[in-house]
Amino acid sequence: MNPLPFKAQTSDAMSVWRTFIRKLGQAPIFALSAAVVVIGVICIAVFAPWIAPYGEAEIVSQIPFDTWSSQFPLGTDQLGRDVLSRLIYGARNSVGIALVTTILAFTIGGVLGMAAALAGGVVDNLMSRCVDILMSIPQLVFALVLLAIFGASIPNLIMIIAVLDATRVYRIARATAANVVVMEYVAAAQLRGETSTWIVLREILPNVSPTLVAEFGLRFCFIFLTISALSFLGVGIQPPTADWGSMVRENATLISYGDITPLVPAAAIAVLTISVNVVVDWYLDIIHGGRDGC
Amino acid sequence: MAAEATQTVLAVDRLCIDGFSDGNAFPIVQDVTFSLAEGEVLGLIGESGAGKSTIGLATIGILRPGCRVRSGTIKFAGQDIVNVPDRVSRKLRGEQIAYVAQSAAASFNPAQRLMDQVIESVVVHGKMSVLEARARAIDIFKQLQLPNADTFGNRFPHQVSGGQLQRAMIAMAIMSRPRLIVFDEPTTALDVTTQIEVIAAIKSLVATSRLTAIYITHDLALCAQIASRMLVLKDGRKVEEATTRQMLADPHEEYTRTLWSVRNLDKDANPTSASILDVRGLDASYGNIQVLKSVSTRLERGRTLAIVGESGSGKSTLARVVAGLHPPSGGDIRFNGDKLGPTFKHRSKETLRSIQMIFQSAENALNPRQTVRQLVGRQIERQRGLKGKELQDATLELLRKVEMGPKYLDRRPQQLSGGEKQRVAIARALAAEPSVIICDEITSALDQVIQHDILNLLNRLQSELKLSYIFITHDIAAVKAVADEVAVMQHGVVVEQGEKDQVLDNPRTPYTKLLLSSVPEMNPDWLDRLLSERAASRNANLHGTAA
Repeated sequence: MNPLPFKAQTSDAMSVWRTFIRKLGQAPIFALSAAVVVIGVICIAVFAPWIAPYGEAEIVSQIPFDTWSSQFPLGTDQLGRDVLSRLIYGARNSVGIALVTTILAFTIGGVLGMAAALAGGVVDNLMSRCVDILMSIPQLVFALVLLAIFGASIPNLIMIIAVLDATRVYRIARATAANVVVMEYVAAAQLRGETSTWIVLREILPNVSPTLVAEFGLRFCFIFLTISALSFLGVGIQPPTADWGSMVRENATLISYGDITPLVPAAAIAVLTISVNVVVDWYLDIIHGGRDGC
Repeated sequence: MAAEATQTVLAVDRLCIDGFSDGNAFPIVQDVTFSLAEGEVLGLIGESGAGKSTIGLATIGILRPGCRVRSGTIKFAGQDIVNVPDRVSRKLRGEQIAYVAQSAAASFNPAQRLMDQVIESVVVHGKMSVLEARARAIDIFKQLQLPNADTFGNRFPHQVSGGQLQRAMIAMAIMSRPRLIVFDEPTTALDVTTQIEVIAAIKSLVATSRLTAIYITHDLALCAQIASRMLVLKDGRKVEEATTRQMLADPHEEYTRTLWSVRNLDKDANPTSASILDVRGLDASYGNIQVLKSVSTRLERGRTLAIVGESGSGKSTLARVVAGLHPPSGGDIRFNGDKLGPTFKHRSKETLRSIQMIFQSAENALNPRQTVRQLVGRQIERQRGLKGKELQDATLELLRKVEMGPKYLDRRPQQLSGGEKQRVAIARALAAEPSVIICDEITSALDQVIQHDILNLLNRLQSELKLSYIFITHDIAAVKAVADEVAVMQHGVVVEQGEKDQVLDNPRTPYTKLLLSSVPEMNPDWLDRLLSERAASRNANLHGTAA
């Protein structure tokens, strides 16, 4: 992308930022607490080595499945590792990988979807049918098969889930972009001799981005849950790397004994996914503030 | 008509309505007073944003979301209609007040037959049995001169024309014999020839049923045919109120005069010259439907060719084919003698630069996410390769050309008015330094006063920059204002082409005659005269064929 040589964009960004700060003060308490959760998780993920009392894979106790104590606030797992420390490192792995995967899925699906809408005709049909074929296979089963074929490494995991989820993003991007492509400003850009890349990035993308941002929040949660599910099934993030999904699985047996430790990472997954959605909803409310004409 | 001045049906007294945006109140209607006697038709006239629709809706007891009556009263038959519970005003609306909206197509349920929808309200309100209601509806259909009135109601909305649908909507409104009808721009979405049907139907209703009505429009000439009294609004205030004849003969306010000044614009024809654009035997179709059938026409350098026709006549398709947005299926287009490629993909950058297009709706033609600076600047950057300071200067220069200042640079389309948006679109076209500009209905979404300005701007730019225009429109007044040559299109065929004076003053084909005679004139007797003339010629034809 070559940015236009216009200084207006920066002042524009400034005013958006100022509006954002102003709206932050008026935010409902629910949205604020969700934002706090999201920011908190990000901080924990970034500063994990300094926050966690023990190492990620460090075996710190002789007693597996130890109960909660002042030394091990959430007890220990099946190998005697500190659950709290693993939860903290898990944030880094689960959130980081989910975020990278989502961004990748949106880049692939979004660009292809908009391009298909712009191209139309044979190209659009060909791409859409390929996507239909990918979508016709249940996602989790397909991911399991592909991971079995390519091996369960983190890059493979990211690529496979990103491609599979890109099909959903493609559908949304194409449908939204189809409404923008018929606009006369796109015709005007074509008559100006603009390249397809320019039209997709400059004319279409800014007009479909609110929908894509909303979808980003949802997709992030789905991908997060998919990774957790795959980890729970044992083909996702591999031990000894900590991750919330596999932590639920590893400690699952404790449930039978009335211990709620495995529910802690599960709760972390639930709270984070809900928070992300609330924050995205609230963000969309802000940028759609234009509805009443401001 | 005022001899038997009877009961006052509606009394609006010092009405003030506020709107809210972003927490701030701003006035929409300020201190408007008028009253309406039984059997009277009042025309509310004004530009968009004058508050006429807000007043229209308020008189039926509805306020738009975000609006509030600050002070003043609206009394219907002596009863306050604003400060009453919803239940009461709804009952009034169902029985005594009716509303005819602008777009009938959006007001009908496409999945139900017309009859069921027309009689629904009276049946639901328990005023008539289904059978009675049907009989009355058929009577009204006859009165509105709908074809096959007995079976008309069995059709679905998509099976009738726009003008017929609008009349069905009027039928729905008068089913319950309301004491007051509000017509809100009932013909704005229609072609001139269809508009006549609807206007004639309303006029005959007014005459036979002694309707009491408010007729809201921006078209003075149209209003003059129906209203006995007119009220001109501007920015929510009353400008002038008078009987129709008095208003047309001797308007007191300057503003009222500007409202029809656009109709008096005329341009002296530019001299003929060599042709710059030649269209020969052009065919085009959408799927299996052929829209253009062997269209041939030519545009001369430095002149304006107006292409006139109803919606569906293929005039916009012609514009799109010439611009390269839709491939032709036959024939060719020559620009300066060279054959043009079928679509923009096959045309050189130089050709794309030379032929610019301005679209009907500036709303859709300007990317809402870009500023004026980007919208105009990108074109200059792209076509002339300017950067930095030079680019900024060139952008400002173009804005000046379309009479806009530097303060507009960083505004986005939603911060501009309709006329300003269209100016930006014109500036963007000019930025390419083209020799031909295709203007596709560029004034049809604008108010009269703004149309006047834009048309003047086009003429000035033409003489300054030696531009050639293809000006597509359905508005004969606009043709008078800008055209040198006129081509009339019907069903995808050019039925007549010639110099403006020749076509407008001396039309040769019956269709051109029909089109020209359908343009409302500033004369309250125009419609009556026209209808009697048409009836007479129909009779003459009948006798002619009989003999």
